[in-house]
Amino acid sequence: MSWFRRHPTATAYLLLAPGIAYLAIFYLYPTLQMFLVSLWTGTVEAGYQLTFNFGIYPQALAQYSDHFLRSLLYGAIATLLTFLIGFPLAYFIAFRGGRYKSLLLFLVIAPFFTSFLLRTLSWRIIFADQGLALGPLKDLDLLPEEFRLTATPSAVIAGITYNFLPFMTLPLYVALERIPPNLLEAAEDLYAGTWQRFRRVTLPLALPGVFAGTLLTFIPAMGDFVNAELLGSPQSQMIGNVIQARFLRVSDYPTGAALSFILMAAILVGVFIYARVVGTEELTGGTS
Amino acid sequence: MRGPARETVKQGRRVRRLAHLLDRWLLPLYALLAVSYLALPVLVMILFSFNDPSGRSNISWRGFSLESWFDPLGQPGLAEAVTTSLAVALFATLAATVLGVLIGLALVRHRFRGRSSINLLIFLPMSTPEIVLGVSLLTLFLASTQYAFVPEGTFFPLGFHTILIAHIMFNISYVVVTMRARLQGFPRHLEEAAMDLGANEWTTFWRVTFPLILPGVMAAALLAFSLSIDDYVITVFTSGQATTFPLYIYGSQQRGIPVQVNVVGTIIFLVAVGMVVLSTLLQRWQRPDPVEAVEVEGART
Repeated sequence: MSWFRRHPTATAYLLLAPGIAYLAIFYLYPTLQMFLVSLWTGTVEAGYQLTFNFGIYPQALAQYSDHFLRSLLYGAIATLLTFLIGFPLAYFIAFRGGRYKSLLLFLVIAPFFTSFLLRTLSWRIIFADQGLALGPLKDLDLLPEEFRLTATPSAVIAGITYNFLPFMTLPLYVALERIPPNLLEAAEDLYAGTWQRFRRVTLPLALPGVFAGTLLTFIPAMGDFVNAELLGSPQSQMIGNVIQARFLRVSDYPTGAALSFILMAAILVGVFIYARVVGTEELTGGTS
Repeated sequence: MRGPARETVKQGRRVRRLAHLLDRWLLPLYALLAVSYLALPVLVMILFSFNDPSGRSNISWRGFSLESWFDPLGQPGLAEAVTTSLAVALFATLAATVLGVLIGLALVRHRFRGRSSINLLIFLPMSTPEIVLGVSLLTLFLASTQYAFVPEGTFFPLGFHTILIAHIMFNISYVVVTMRARLQGFPRHLEEAAMDLGANEWTTFWRVTFPLILPGVMAAALLAFSLSIDDYVITVFTSGQATTFPLYIYGSQQRGIPVQVNVVGTIIFLVAVGMVVLSTLLQRWQRPDPVEAVEVEGART
């Protein structure tokens, strides 16, 4: 008998060690470092010192509360929209896809093979003031000449909705696909109508997918700044835009780090509550 | 039948007809619209790669031209950006796949303490907004200059190596999750059989385990590559002076995006789609999925 067979647990830890060490150094530790940087004071020129300046948190929250609220609002609306678009689509693929199932799934994933930025910029082409969508409508006098979609909050929300739609659709599809057909038949045998069957059987069984899809959509939507930058205006900036500007334009590292930490903490609290409710294996897609 | 009863029957019939209509026509129509909505920007990107490049920006249609397709990298800096992107994606995919596959194997084949903590650690990077991942790595790089034990020049100046560090990090979780999904019901008894027949670990791994996990590894690597080549948000915080293709796009969007960017985007799209189609066909034609085949075999006995 070899060493590996006699020590299966030690083997498991050996397999885990390199990857987990990497994540510890370049994911876990940087998170702590981000917190420490938020407590720095100083300037780039004079250098920074760790002064445990906790006052930066209420200060940053007060100064950028509008941006946080906007992120929350845009994220929530976009998540709701992805659900309204994604659920019927996932339902159709799971139950009516037939032999086109793989093709339809492929079409849902296909946008991922194009640059996220190019897709977002395509919307700018489509919704340009005299572009593919608005140009003809304006020529027919169906829309006033000054009507515009780009540089509005609607454009930002539409962009976020578009970019994260597959993140909602795929988990919904996975959950719906797992529903055993005989449960639906049983509901029918017990004289449940179409609506009742949907509400009492399909929807409850799809809930894990709804939760997963909501998280996968809402989290990146909250942190997004690309859509607001490319499709919005200064009045529709989100918290991500502020963080990006603090770090890359004005080198105000403590404020940027504090805002990122608040964003992450808010999201992690939500994820932890969720993990408690459904269990980590379900959350990460494993069933073993 | 009396009045109210007949009303109920009528109503029931109306509801059923509505449900039928919904089910038969509205749902497929809705799905078709949703899929078209998903495809529209991709089609616009491809269409505008054929735009006449004479104007300053590539926002309005000026006429069909193949000019940019004959000279896809003919913009200052574009060739370097694409090369950097490809190199980052290649190395990040290799490293993340190795690290992720090892974790995946441990999770699928072994029972051990601390399993749920490991699962959580794998899940966390995927549930952290990209901007936070980028920012936290940047703070690590910034602070490293204050730590005596980090040799000077390890991270600063930021560049190719720091982008690579970041991409490996965010790819590991995706590799693990893909691997695990593909490896559910991994037939451990085949490894045991090989070992019982006198094969050592090395032989067993390469002759039994590796062929079994290969489709999962390929799927994971493809995902990692496409995530890496497309990443903007994490890259912008860790790139320093280096430029990747997404950074090039972002950088040029203020002065007007050259048509060549759409050409390169279209080429990347077509190659990615081609690879997915190819790997699906190979799996379907060459041999059935080994894990599935074993399951079928197991069901038969």
